[in-house]
Amino acid sequence: MAKLESKIPSGPLADKWRKHKAEIKLVNPANKRKYEIIVVGAGLAGASAAATLSELGYKVKCFVFHDSPRRAHSIAAQGGINAAKNYQNDGDSVFRLFYDTIKGGDYRSREANVHRLAEVSVNIIDQCAAQGVPFAREYGGLLANRSFGGAQVSRTFYARGQTGQQLLLGAYSALMKMAGQGAVEIFPNEEMSDLVIVDGQAKGIITRNLNTGEVRRWSADAVVLATGGYGNVFNLSTYARGSNATAIWRAYRRGACFANPCYTQIHPTCIPVSGDYQSKLTLMSESLRNDGRIWVPKKKEDCKKDPAQIAEEDRDYYLERIYPSFGNLAPRDVSSRAAKRMCDEGRGVGETGLGVYLDFADAISRFGEAGVRERYGNLFDIYHEITNENAYKTPMRIFPAVHYTMGGLWVDYNLMSNVPGLFVLGEANFSDHGANRLGASALMQGLGDGYFVIPYTIGDYLASQKPGSRPKTDRPEFSQAEDNVRGISKRLLAIDGKEPVAHFHKRLGKILWDGCGMARTKASLEKALQEIPALREEFWKNLKVPGSADNLNQALERANRVADFLELGELLCLDALEREESCGGHFREEHQYPDGECKRDDENFAHVAAWEFQGEGKKPLRNTEPLNYETVKMSVRSYK
Amino acid sequence: MVAESSTSTISVTLRVWRQDGPDKPGRFVVYKATDLSPNMSLLEMLDVVNNELESKGQDPIAFAHDCREGICGTCSMVIDGKPHGPHKGVATCQTYMRSFADGAVITLEPFRAKPFPVIKDLITDRSAFDKIQQAGGFISVRTGAAPDANSIPVPKDAADLAMDAAACIGCGACVAACKNASAMLFVSAKVGQYSLLPQGQPERDRRVLAMVASMDDLGFGNCTNQYECSAACPKLISHDFIARMNRDYLAASFRQALSPKSAAASGGA
Amino acid sequence: MSLLGNLFRSSVGRKFLMAVTGFVLACFVTGHLIGNLQIFANPDHINGYAHFLQSLGPALWAVRGVLLACVLIHIWAAVTLAMENYAARGGQRYDNHKWLSATVSSRYMRQTGVVVAVFIVYHLLQFTVGTAQAATFKTHLPEYTMTESFHVMGIPVVPAGAKVYDVWSMVYLGFSNVWVSLFYMFAIGLLTFHLWHGIDSMFQTIGWRNAKWSNCLRRVVGIFCLLYFLGNIAIPGAVLAKVIHPPANTAAAQVCPASSTCPYLNANLK
Repeated sequence: MAKLESKIPSGPLADKWRKHKAEIKLVNPANKRKYEIIVVGAGLAGASAAATLSELGYKVKCFVFHDSPRRAHSIAAQGGINAAKNYQNDGDSVFRLFYDTIKGGDYRSREANVHRLAEVSVNIIDQCAAQGVPFAREYGGLLANRSFGGAQVSRTFYARGQTGQQLLLGAYSALMKMAGQGAVEIFPNEEMSDLVIVDGQAKGIITRNLNTGEVRRWSADAVVLATGGYGNVFNLSTYARGSNATAIWRAYRRGACFANPCYTQIHPTCIPVSGDYQSKLTLMSESLRNDGRIWVPKKKEDCKKDPAQIAEEDRDYYLERIYPSFGNLAPRDVSSRAAKRMCDEGRGVGETGLGVYLDFADAISRFGEAGVRERYGNLFDIYHEITNENAYKTPMRIFPAVHYTMGGLWVDYNLMSNVPGLFVLGEANFSDHGANRLGASALMQGLGDGYFVIPYTIGDYLASQKPGSRPKTDRPEFSQAEDNVRGISKRLLAIDGKEPVAHFHKRLGKILWDGCGMARTKASLEKALQEIPALREEFWKNLKVPGSADNLNQALERANRVADFLELGELLCLDALEREESCGGHFREEHQYPDGECKRDDENFAHVAAWEFQGEGKKPLRNTEPLNYETVKMSVRSYK
Repeated sequence: MVAESSTSTISVTLRVWRQDGPDKPGRFVVYKATDLSPNMSLLEMLDVVNNELESKGQDPIAFAHDCREGICGTCSMVIDGKPHGPHKGVATCQTYMRSFADGAVITLEPFRAKPFPVIKDLITDRSAFDKIQQAGGFISVRTGAAPDANSIPVPKDAADLAMDAAACIGCGACVAACKNASAMLFVSAKVGQYSLLPQGQPERDRRVLAMVASMDDLGFGNCTNQYECSAACPKLISHDFIARMNRDYLAASFRQALSPKSAAASGGA
Repeated sequence: MSLLGNLFRSSVGRKFLMAVTGFVLACFVTGHLIGNLQIFANPDHINGYAHFLQSLGPALWAVRGVLLACVLIHIWAAVTLAMENYAARGGQRYDNHKWLSATVSSRYMRQTGVVVAVFIVYHLLQFTVGTAQAATFKTHLPEYTMTESFHVMGIPVVPAGAKVYDVWSMVYLGFSNVWVSLFYMFAIGLLTFHLWHGIDSMFQTIGWRNAKWSNCLRRVVGIFCLLYFLGNIAIPGAVLAKVIHPPANTAAAQVCPASSTCPYLNANLK
């Protein structure tokens, strides 16, 4: 049974981080270069961590499966990044950002972590602005803000619709600076395939070079995983095609606890699926909801009609109707579920019946087409590119899609997992968003973890390790892990069945979307828990992976990842089944208020569920970490 | 693989460059893709072709892709003679089959340039771009050392123009489109972004000199001002940034040669 | 790297050298054209002008030295850059290549450059050194007696009555050869084409071009090139079309009476 010590510092909430920083151990500057740190992933969290750790003097090796650290999927975040700067003088503060994030997460995150996130948010903006991130500005030259994702203050900083890209390129530039100085070694096209544990501590990784197939061993004093979320377990999502859970999943199999896997976020404004061939869902920025109105026909028989032919009184602006005070800006999970309910009632639009209208007719009559174009032109263009429809003339069709995973590897306040020496940052960990993430918070967390948390907290661990004590890679733990990696590829290549990897990924996605998507029931989860092992068995019997493991083999890459998803999917359903409540992104139909809102069970489920691997074919162990709320009172999250 | 959409389907013939490895010879191989929905993206069409190849135990066509929404810069390939395909201002992943006529023959080639060696089929190694970045594509600011963000006002026009340059996704289409395989648009976008911002001024001269030197060393060609780069750029980055970089480079060269420097500059405790 | 290192070794530096030398050469050919257009005036003008230039002595050689240096640097930079460009493209060419935005003139800079270089050599041999079409070279023609004095900026530099080389006749007789004239017009056409991209490109290389005025620049360069082309072909054109006739006091009038064709040259060239 894993020891889940959250290590939350004592004292008043607002002083915890300051106090902690003052109390944790430091590494002597002359000793820092004697420690080697492996960072896996170079998204916002990984790149910022690798750059900052090397600035401190540690020797850093950074591994990415992409061909360049600049490709990580953080780059696709559109909307913005929150920070409690209160530059707008509209009453924002660290506490308010903290409170909004806790409430947004439906009271399922740690107070201390979230407060720290809100504290460092202001430093992130300073750091990024100094790096030359071209944030939007006002004419006076100062930073512009917008209100985003249902927040009642304007605290979101942005760079057009490409905030993630700009922040990532900022972190990437810092990483490149350090790489140029030789302080960080970058290993592109190198996918982490296993974690090496020596004497109970994470001391290395095994990688497979995707271009050459070479499997290599790396030892280090500490391992940092910043490998992103696992949303691609659903196959169709807004994630990049390459995003995968292999690094965290194989760490899980080595003993790291996986916390709250069932907390997945479904984003309300994506372009609906158009066909079976679909590889990816495209997000339309949530900012569209600032001016667009969401509706479906009141009558089922109107659904296939041209929307222009549906009279105003026959339209149901359901978000405005159900949530009069937040209206179209209701939080992501709330709006997504509402859209699903409309479609379940048979009032969905579009060919598949899985879509709702996002209508700009009112906005166009208010600001004119030019005004709308100025605000959202690029999004309308994207929409046109994908659907070949002109959203200035006919309403957009949108539908929710998997977008983010709040769950991830369990970490303590220092962002260290229950495996000593294994740190997990950004979306890959579970720590800050509870059961639902607010808009513009993911970028904040990734950069906060990488720039301002891990550089302090990793020292506390390293100070307990003798400089130069990292193990040699010829130890049996390394050879065992390497054999494991080679063995998986070998087994996949040996199946010699009939179906390509995509076939199984699609089916897994369908099982999860139906059984463990926006709304879950005991029955749907139990069904999924029957289907996934069966599918997994079929996968290992009927998969066809051509080629060999000794060169670039994209089919093998995908097979490796899907093999892990087939296990992770089961854990996701198991977690969802055992969490007998609804909270944030986890909606159990059995647990709802009469108006369809999430009904939490704070008495029995105000805790983190951290799953521990027990061996092949055995049910994982569900450990819990209670969530102690000292400052905020848990209450019913209401956006009415 | 019949499309669900009720619109009629199309079929195309693909001529795909297949090459086993960096130093192996390559050749065009012809594939048929039938019953395609026009709403399918070109990469989804390749997925379909690859699924068939895989289930037959044949080597799928290797192509680079990731985000599939035109921002990560991973997807490459030259489609019918144009990097990123027929449309302006989009990446390969944003190219849809409705852009091609039923029965069309589509030629798919990798980006071709000496500094971008082919790894396999349509995948090329673009790590040269990272090396150029390492030479100077940054503003040196240690984490934690930054002043308050609003203490450095940036005129809106400068910030907007810097954003135009910063939109670069590092895909390398500029190099692929240039008959000289020049990386000037890529380099100038980075140099331009920082030279427009007050934060970038302290290292302005060092940066442009170092990045151009690195670009030259890596074997990219030279600009002949034909602007194929900006025409192929999926983010429509203007070649005005090349002019700006030329100016910056020359000014930096003259300043470096002519402006006085402290003799004690290398000292310190 | 030093300043010279940057200018002579880096890509941007060498392009700067090309732009600067190109600018000097473009200024020269423009000035040269303006000087030559005096052919349409009384022979006193062009002959006096030529005599004045010859009389500059060391200054003339200094200018020639600069021009030669510019030509050599321009060609050297072009050759090294082009070789690098070729190498950078790599061994495998595109099977299918489409031009996206490059102007036609920009696509043939190397070809036009080579023809222009050959033309310059011939042009110098014909009108400066005198080894091509030697029979009509100025030193082989009877001297011309100035009827009026020639002024530069109001200062009389060649007095009336002075005996000077008959450049007017040399040009007239030189262009009376149809093939020479056609080659000249062809070469000028290519030079204009070269300038069309070159001048526009020069602004880009130096960094003085942007979207705000690049359209305007393109038009100005286009108009300039058109005028340059018309001005240049006007001279052989006028000779061939017999728009101009040798005045009686020129050498050309003696060998080619205005009313007849000019068999003189064609016979001599064979």
